[in-house]
Amino acid sequence: MIRVDAGTRPSMVDRIADPWGERTPYDRGEAWPRRVDTFLEGDLRSEDVDRWVQTASILHSNGDGLDIAVKDGHIAGVRGRRDDRVNHGRVDPKDLFGWQANNSSDRLTRPLIRRDGELVECDWKTAMETLVARSKELLGTGPGGWGHFGFYTSGQLFLEAYYTLGVIGKAGIGTPHMDGNTRLCTATAAASLKASFGADGQPGSYGDVDHCDAIALYGHNVAETQTVLWMRMLDRRRGSDPPRMLAVDPRPTPVAREADIHLAVKSGTNVALMNGLVRGLIKNGWIDEEYIAAHALGFDRLEATVESYGPDKVAGICGIDARDIEAATELVGTSEHLLSTVLQGFYQSNQATAAACGVNNIHLLRGMLGRPGCGLYQMNGQPTAQNAREAGADGDLPALRNWENKEHIEELAELWNVEASKIPHWAAPTHAMKIFRYAEQGSIKLLWISATNPAVSLPDLPRVRKTLAKEDLFVVVQDIFRNETVEYADLVLPAATWGEKTGTFTSVDRTVHLSEKAVDPPGEARPDLEIFLDYARRMDFRDRDGDPLIKWSDPEGAFKAWQEFTRGRPCDYSGMSYERLRHGPIQWPCNAENPEGTERLYVDGVFSTDPDYAETFGHDLATGAVQSEEEYRAKEPAGRAFLHAADYEPSPEVTSEEYPLLLTTGRTVYQFHTRTKTARAPQLNDAAADVWLEIGPDDAADLRIGEGDMVRVSSPRGEVFAPARINGIRSGQVFLPFHYGSWDREGETDRTANNLTVTAWDPVSKQPVFKVTAVRVERVGAA
Amino acid sequence: MNLGHYIGLISRSQSLLAEAFREVASEHSAEAAIHFTAGRLADQCDQHVSRLEPFVDRYGEDLPEEPERLHSDLFQGSRQGPLGMLRDLHDLYLIAAEVDMAWTVVTQAAQGARDPELLAVTSDCEQETATQLKWLRSQMKEAAPQVLVVAE
Repeated sequence: MIRVDAGTRPSMVDRIADPWGERTPYDRGEAWPRRVDTFLEGDLRSEDVDRWVQTASILHSNGDGLDIAVKDGHIAGVRGRRDDRVNHGRVDPKDLFGWQANNSSDRLTRPLIRRDGELVECDWKTAMETLVARSKELLGTGPGGWGHFGFYTSGQLFLEAYYTLGVIGKAGIGTPHMDGNTRLCTATAAASLKASFGADGQPGSYGDVDHCDAIALYGHNVAETQTVLWMRMLDRRRGSDPPRMLAVDPRPTPVAREADIHLAVKSGTNVALMNGLVRGLIKNGWIDEEYIAAHALGFDRLEATVESYGPDKVAGICGIDARDIEAATELVGTSEHLLSTVLQGFYQSNQATAAACGVNNIHLLRGMLGRPGCGLYQMNGQPTAQNAREAGADGDLPALRNWENKEHIEELAELWNVEASKIPHWAAPTHAMKIFRYAEQGSIKLLWISATNPAVSLPDLPRVRKTLAKEDLFVVVQDIFRNETVEYADLVLPAATWGEKTGTFTSVDRTVHLSEKAVDPPGEARPDLEIFLDYARRMDFRDRDGDPLIKWSDPEGAFKAWQEFTRGRPCDYSGMSYERLRHGPIQWPCNAENPEGTERLYVDGVFSTDPDYAETFGHDLATGAVQSEEEYRAKEPAGRAFLHAADYEPSPEVTSEEYPLLLTTGRTVYQFHTRTKTARAPQLNDAAADVWLEIGPDDAADLRIGEGDMVRVSSPRGEVFAPARINGIRSGQVFLPFHYGSWDREGETDRTANNLTVTAWDPVSKQPVFKVTAVRVERVGAA
Repeated sequence: MNLGHYIGLISRSQSLLAEAFREVASEHSAEAAIHFTAGRLADQCDQHVSRLEPFVDRYGEDLPEEPERLHSDLFQGSRQGPLGMLRDLHDLYLIAAEVDMAWTVVTQAAQGARDPELLAVTSDCEQETATQLKWLRSQMKEAAPQVLVVAE
């Protein structure tokens, strides 16, 4: 039952039937009206709740402010925070119901250890001693001991845990082999922001929705992935001066249906489209020459590169109508306050970084950055993805430092009080797919997986499963449920989750929330931070003076260390504190100059590209070749942004006679990732309990597939069985949601989309190409 | 005029490099980045060969006899395993470096020949070859510690 707080009209909207709830229309420049969403278990009334505990949303990246309702020592519901700048009281349906997973009876509550092939319960002492013994043995094998460790973490831990893990990896063990599953979801956001603007960090603010006159969504099904942001957009659309809307997506998503112009491009052709749009802007004079001259480099090369991408050529490559490209160019080109958002349709596709930079190009060419309404969101998928990137728990150095910059490494060494040579910086930190490759080859021998489920979420699962099952690979899984990956573990560490531990995390638009502990974790489950700290103590990591390397012992201590560590960097947290965050979220950078935080970056058109400050010296976008410091300095960026140019190239895998259809994978509004939480919330799971295949009417007719018929989808890697849903997806393409694994599967056929996907990634962001797989579809049974 | 010999040299080295890229891409197909990118670079080398064709004709007539030891065979087939991959990339680097220097030489000659068309081709191709070198260097730098220090 949904209740709406007093002060707004009472409402009993079924948020499964209508995920976005009631509209509260507003006009440009007005404040977005508040609407407080609440869901409490059973007949519990708000006034009978024992305590409300401050937090934010955990089942997507939006960072919506929430309160957890505690009743009799357990979590009994959630309520949106009315005054939170992100959501103005609203709650995403996944968060509204997903908290029930916390209370699920099948939580992991004791460590498990593999004995005689079986996972059996053990105590924490045994578990940690086993892990530490194996670690010390591997470190002792010689000067390359560090190289036997791989850490594969998450986009769902808290900042404090990531930062601690980052220090353990980089200054304790000294390994570059650490990445997050953020590699699968937001690596391209980071890569494109670095490439264009010099450092990670979204330029825009969610407040830009209130001021824009056009919204362009590139491969971003925001209606299902960040529903509260979509509510804000829909409320503008229902006002008296709605922003125009462009959607780029091969599927008929809710966003595509709402949009004024829908470009259903063929998967893998985004760069051709972006080149066509940029060409149109230049040809029509819809560019800000003054801004470009003052604030951007690379215009001539970009102009020359896009010259040949006229509407007819682009229409041919992308499989769309040339007139629609012209209309889209007009929408983007004549807007005075353009808001653009980008997500997986670009990030998990062919030429991901080049395509995402194409969107950055548009904002640079139009001089539309740093002003209300001129927003650019290179989105995240997971709630704490931004922190994995900032804190150095994925393939980046902490506080957005540049691994190629010797001064930055010296700073790290100084701050951690270790030798600079201890910190691996001979090449970029090892990305997830490469970590799994080293494990496959046997040089990584200990793989510590925390809060992620690679046995369902990585591409080319038959290969991943073989790697995880290797005898000589010691697999540690730290999680809250017995997911598919746990079945490959040698050691399982039961973790506490959201609501059971304290920490901070940061939304897409740099909004930092404090999430407080509401209840105790079940059984012997421990917060991730505590597990990492225990490991560091037992491993006895020391600094240069012989003192413990890690000098904090709780979340607030970790946060304080992080604040110091970020001072003077783009993600400056130095002006924040837990106490301040208790009074509401703050956007970074927050420091002496910006004590209240910073709503928009690059207001003055000065970007983070100064060589001494930048997070990268850049790459060749086509191959990923690393650019040298000398080459970068020779460009004399001096705070100017980079316009990147790239020619369209076909995706690593293209269709063939044997595999004539293109498969794209994606999400439903009711499930998150591999369903470890959302499948344990009955409302959500009942709404989308099992896999399906989307196929267009022409392809279905050709293959004699009727609505609901069971089909087999095959690729060179494997197969999936699913019932068909015939819908308006573009011809030649099919779609599978990637959420569905095997832990709650009855029956013998496999339904996991990543059985089919290809091992291939973007050369710069290293994000796997989930959106372009060549497949064959056959009908195998009647509805 | 001997320019035709050097154009022939680049052309042949590019074909050799294309073949070597392709063989390495195929041998190390489990290394996705190597597999797909090396395959693309092979195609790029082929394009260089086609772009040179008009100049092979233009400067190839009445060519004096080919000088001694003009061509070298740097690539003798791909190897297996991580160390083999590193050595294969190293071989590719040496061939690409020869091509790179040859572009410089031919660019100089094109200026002497006052041939803007040839100059346009060499300056495009030289940039692409430079990126190939950078890519090979990046791959080797990334792989070297794991292959040489960590792996058994």
